[in-house]
Amino acid sequence: MTQLPTSTQKKLGLVIDLDTCVGCHACVISCKGWNTENYGAPLSDQDPYGANPSGTFLNRVHSYEVTPLATSAKPHPTAQTIHFPKSCLHCEDAPCVTVCPTGASYKRVEDGIVLVNEADCIGCGLCAWACPYGARELDQDEGVMKKCTLCVDRIYNENLPEEDREPACVRTCPAGARHFGDFADPDSNVSRLTAERGGIDLMPEQGTKPVNQYLPPRPKDDLPEFDVLAPYLEPVAENPGGFIGWLDKALDKLPSKGAN
Amino acid sequence: MHPAPSVIIFTTLSGLGFGLLVFLGLGLPAVTGLTAFWFFAIGYVLAVGGLMSSTFHLGHPERAWKAFSQWRSSWLSREGICAVAALIIMALYGAGLVFFDSQWTILGWLGAALSLGTVFTTSMIYAQMKTVPRWHIPWTPAKFLTLSLAGGALLAGQAFAAIILLLLAAAITIATWIIGDGAFKASGTDMETATGLGAIGKVKAFEPPHTGTNYLLREFVHVVGRKHAFNLRVIAFVFAFVIPILLMVLLVNHVTAAIAILSHLIGVAVARWLFFAEAEHVVGLYYGKR
Amino acid sequence: MAQPTLELSPQVSDEIRKTTCYMCACRCGINVHMKDGKAAYIEGNRDHPVNQGVLCAKGSAGIMQVNAPSRLRAPLKRVGPRGSGEFEEISWEEAYGIAEGWLRPIREEDPSKLAFFTGRDQSQSFTSFWAQNFGTPNYAAHGGFCSVNMAAAGIYTMGGAFWEFGQPDWDHTKLFLLFGVAEDHDSNPIKMGLGKIKARGAKVIGVNPIRSGYNAVADEWVGITPGTDGLFILALVHCLMKAGKIDLDYLARWTNAPVLVDKDTGLLLRDKDGKELVIDRATGKPTAFDTQGVQPDLSATHKDGHKPVLHLMAERYMSEDYAPEAVAERCGIPAPRIRAIAAELARVAFEESFELPITWTDFRGETHTSMTARPVSMHSMRGISAHANGFQTCRALHVLQILLGTVEAPGGFRFKPPYPKPATAHPKPHVKVTANSPLNGPHLGFVHGPEDLALKEDGTPVRIDKAYTWENPMSAHGLMHMVISNAHAGDPYKIDTLFMYMANMSWNSSMNTTGTMKMLTDKDENGDYVIPHIIYSDAYSSEMVAYADLILPDTTYLERHDCISLLDRPICEADAAADAIRWPVIEPDRDVKGFQSALCDLGARLGLPGFTNEDGSQKYADYGDYITNHLRRPGIGPLAGWRGENGDQTGRGDPNPDQLQRYIDNGGFFVSHIPDGAQYMKPWNSAYQDWAVSMGLYDAPQPYLFSLYVEPMQKFRRAAEGHGDIQPPDHLRARVRENMDPLPFWSDPAPANMVDEYPITALTQRPMAMYHSWGTQNAWLRQLHGHNPLYMPTKLMRENGLSDGDWAKVTSPHGSITVPVMEMAALNENTVWTWNAIGKRKGAWALDNDAPEATRGFLLNHLIHELLPPRGDGMRWTNSDPITGQAAWFDLKVRIEKATAPTESQPAFPPIKSPVGKGPKDLAWKVGR
Repeated sequence: MTQLPTSTQKKLGLVIDLDTCVGCHACVISCKGWNTENYGAPLSDQDPYGANPSGTFLNRVHSYEVTPLATSAKPHPTAQTIHFPKSCLHCEDAPCVTVCPTGASYKRVEDGIVLVNEADCIGCGLCAWACPYGARELDQDEGVMKKCTLCVDRIYNENLPEEDREPACVRTCPAGARHFGDFADPDSNVSRLTAERGGIDLMPEQGTKPVNQYLPPRPKDDLPEFDVLAPYLEPVAENPGGFIGWLDKALDKLPSKGAN
Repeated sequence: MHPAPSVIIFTTLSGLGFGLLVFLGLGLPAVTGLTAFWFFAIGYVLAVGGLMSSTFHLGHPERAWKAFSQWRSSWLSREGICAVAALIIMALYGAGLVFFDSQWTILGWLGAALSLGTVFTTSMIYAQMKTVPRWHIPWTPAKFLTLSLAGGALLAGQAFAAIILLLLAAAITIATWIIGDGAFKASGTDMETATGLGAIGKVKAFEPPHTGTNYLLREFVHVVGRKHAFNLRVIAFVFAFVIPILLMVLLVNHVTAAIAILSHLIGVAVARWLFFAEAEHVVGLYYGKR
Repeated sequence: MAQPTLELSPQVSDEIRKTTCYMCACRCGINVHMKDGKAAYIEGNRDHPVNQGVLCAKGSAGIMQVNAPSRLRAPLKRVGPRGSGEFEEISWEEAYGIAEGWLRPIREEDPSKLAFFTGRDQSQSFTSFWAQNFGTPNYAAHGGFCSVNMAAAGIYTMGGAFWEFGQPDWDHTKLFLLFGVAEDHDSNPIKMGLGKIKARGAKVIGVNPIRSGYNAVADEWVGITPGTDGLFILALVHCLMKAGKIDLDYLARWTNAPVLVDKDTGLLLRDKDGKELVIDRATGKPTAFDTQGVQPDLSATHKDGHKPVLHLMAERYMSEDYAPEAVAERCGIPAPRIRAIAAELARVAFEESFELPITWTDFRGETHTSMTARPVSMHSMRGISAHANGFQTCRALHVLQILLGTVEAPGGFRFKPPYPKPATAHPKPHVKVTANSPLNGPHLGFVHGPEDLALKEDGTPVRIDKAYTWENPMSAHGLMHMVISNAHAGDPYKIDTLFMYMANMSWNSSMNTTGTMKMLTDKDENGDYVIPHIIYSDAYSSEMVAYADLILPDTTYLERHDCISLLDRPICEADAAADAIRWPVIEPDRDVKGFQSALCDLGARLGLPGFTNEDGSQKYADYGDYITNHLRRPGIGPLAGWRGENGDQTGRGDPNPDQLQRYIDNGGFFVSHIPDGAQYMKPWNSAYQDWAVSMGLYDAPQPYLFSLYVEPMQKFRRAAEGHGDIQPPDHLRARVRENMDPLPFWSDPAPANMVDEYPITALTQRPMAMYHSWGTQNAWLRQLHGHNPLYMPTKLMRENGLSDGDWAKVTSPHGSITVPVMEMAALNENTVWTWNAIGKRKGAWALDNDAPEATRGFLLNHLIHELLPPRGDGMRWTNSDPITGQAAWFDLKVRIEKATAPTESQPAFPPIKSPVGKGPKDLAWKVGR
């Protein structure tokens, strides 16, 4: 199944809102917990209590500092901190799928989810080489490739209440920075968010056509200069005496005196 | 990229082995009987040994047979098929030479083509990787093919061909270094496109997602010092090309031929180490590394 | 080849058990998925009022806490020297025998020889009850070094503060102003609130030297100089008052802005019933503030010259001392930016206001047909609190909120039950010690004048931590951080037994960590330990374990009963009262016992009245029994839900034997919604007051005015000026007079910390994925934060020739550390910081000795002392707020120089012996395999 489907019925994926993510790692650990206990082999950890702990994770939160370019209006722009969760983007042109020699990696025809069939995986690692995003990690204990399944064992799971049929990372995100839905449906929550907020592809030049979209941070540190806001601070008095005089007049003008 | 010994040994040895098989398939040298046996034995030891070595890095070598299934899209699958086909055809052809003293020419040519095809498919595993711009250039298969043929010519005792092929491989190797050095920049992938934050300004990695290491960092992020890399390139070039060519030009006997082959092998292995160690995967950008 | 067929509906678990998280202090509801009788997976409980289904990284990593190799396994008796970590496992019977052997004689002679302090205790209502029954005055939890400034300033000013006291009106607010480090408390609700704000595109302003976490998503970042928040806030107050952008109607009706201040005493004028007097605008006469139909006048002055509070505020804050231009340099914020923020506050509060059509009746009997929104909300925690000027800064913040009319108004800040609750409705501190008897009342409370201080007749402190003394009169949470040093010094007296729970005092929970280790192990001239006995309870092999003589091993949070009680630190929401339980969703596989259950046993053995029946038998079999059957007042017990024999009563009622099961059936919590119409303006809203009485939150309605002017402070000040019978000692007079200012002011903590020689402020904050030290034993979380660099601003990196991964020596007046550094651009240019409590002592937490936490991780605590550097006046002043005693660890000043890389972070300590061995080399955890 290494060939990609020419089209999929749905395009399930995530919208990640970089304006809202506070970098708390909730999605990282929720994912680790769910996928350790569910789909395929557990996500193992090596040297978990030692000098060099290292384990398999399917979702990781990076952080970046971005310094805007100086302009004449802002000669010393303020640097911004941006938290950046990253997991499999379930690309339409997923290079990780086509390189797989055994057919273990595949993209589902129904919904476009990219999965690894662990029983067929020989652990050659080539799919991880082909992925520009670092979405795949070879589990050191099991010797198979692990990746985000978009919680395929949750989203259709009839043993879960309907509102829980979403990926674990989305369900747990405290800030609501992660959204799950069908990008093939132009009216879906994810399609609308992408359109409204200008969702972007990561590394578009790689030609992978990622399904997951990132909403860029809204403009920051752009409170108008004080002269624009000055009318809101027009002084009523310059000293306490003047202030008390103003008080007297202002109290008379209060609309709601007595019962209403 | 992590220069995994198993992969370096595999590509170096099997490249040499299949190179030798190409020449044997073309009837160069035209050997039969026990002599042919020894030539074929060397070719098979190198090719098969290399293939065996390549399975060491697999998580599940017992499932390796499944790798023959995806030839339609996977260069690794194609490599497996090509290699097995080449080895079978060349075994039949070799049996004719060794046991029946007869040269089944068509079979030889077919075996030679498959052997060369194996080297080509191996090279395409790397050359297809858009994620590793240094590899993702047409010169990568050219390098693998010329190195394989040059090594094969040396082993096959084809002095003239060896000199020509070594000169060609040397030129192509230099080309891959020069072009490869600029490939990452030319690819257009940088921290700004990786994060999509370029519209705001210059992006710098801040806190990593984890304070220790992980599979991605171990596999894809390998930093070689510039000076170190330059020295290794000189060593690789001298051993792989300069010494063998000089030896082949100055005087050819069994001893110098053996030294030339050994020198070439060392040089190619060093070059192959550099091929991985210098290759920068774009995923490193997410960690602020290259 | 066909696509494989997947099982899309696998069985998720055998059963879901719903309990309360304890991976931090947030207390979210969790669903524990059970497989084969084991906890397999943890997710948030969607029905729970705190987290509504979401869960943070810590919460989801609970699985790794429950299987942590650091869990203690049995009671331990020390067999090596203190600090060595050498123990032998003993039986509970032997452990109780040892404890009783130490405690019984103390209680018979002088109960104050026991100092009982609990750290991150979530059962303070219970542990204080135990201490009260024992009879010692020496009880407190960790609030004194956490956030007492925030809590006390809020209670004294407006009857509640942030976090457990209240929350922004997330659904209506249009501008959210966030001060200081706030990532670690109320973490999920704040994140959920930020998410709501962001979804609406409303604005967030972050005031913080460090742009991380919530400040990273803030639309505006104000990289303030640490310790100057109060000055910045008062500059905003200056701008707003000068522009008349204050809510006059709100101030007149609901605050003491119109209350008259006696021009001679500075006390509030009161009528013969003790009610504060205002001038009625209708009659022009002084009138009790709560008279029906009164129109409190903000403008008029009493004929004898007594002025309303607002006049005093105008005189102070309209001064040019508070003009943006005057404060800009000290705050590190340009004056136009201060003005722009003030203007934005004014714009949103008054131009974007709206009315909610809610009819309500106030305490004066007046009925209103709507509520006016002031959609500006604020939040703060320890960032502004943990400074020596923290109390007054927190006060300033509340004054700003009140001037804008945002507190309890729609879109502003809303209290959570049992708040609003004025300081006068809280108990006062109780300290009367009688041998063999309980204390005369609860330990902690709120003082209202010098007569409430905890002083002996000779003027010396009653309490070992010197709480409620002239050094820190309003120390409402006690001073846990002073206990060990005072006990070691025998000042104010020597103790016999130090009994602690969940407080890692020999490591990250102390300032001056090295000194604390010395004090705990110091011996007198006879070769006996200066602190004779130390009992400690913890679930894990923390650094503190090694420094105790007797260890009572606690359970993990999934193995125990707990109650998150309205009597304690509840989990209510602005719309509802709520409480919750923990229950043993799994049984311990070790010889351990919930600490509270152990106290039930120990209390009975000691014959404490609250823990024995009349026949002398044990009253509560365990903590679950206590939760069900204990009555604090008639009809009021630890849990408010399903009271009464049939479980049909709420708030008040007899014990219900099935109460815990009813909680379990309901998902581990109980919620009672505040009626419509009672959800805003609660301090003055009759409907709310009546509901609160019915719930047992109060015994009678308690409407009150917000205290812009805090009269009790003036009482202390007057004492310092020579009035009254109880006056401060001479060396403290000036300090009390200066600091007990009834209106907020700003003082600079930097000079006392030798800012001239140590010009850089060093801060810590907790990463969102870690809480205190507990996270490092967690196999998943420690991969995220396994060591901590010192983050330095670009300017300081350049000046010191440093690049990422280099090492620097950081020196304070008290000590030095050598640590790895990393550059951060979005950081105040004179501030450095690191993650708190990542650094670990070798041998603790069942980690390998070469764990990065021990080799590269570090604590800033080594640089901080409980005393300030000497000033040459012969005194050693404490490094704390002079009003509350809050530890001022954010005042730390340092200097920095490049260092050659040592082999590991300095100072390094020898390993302690692990009483639980080490963890496994590999982990492929899958319960349902």
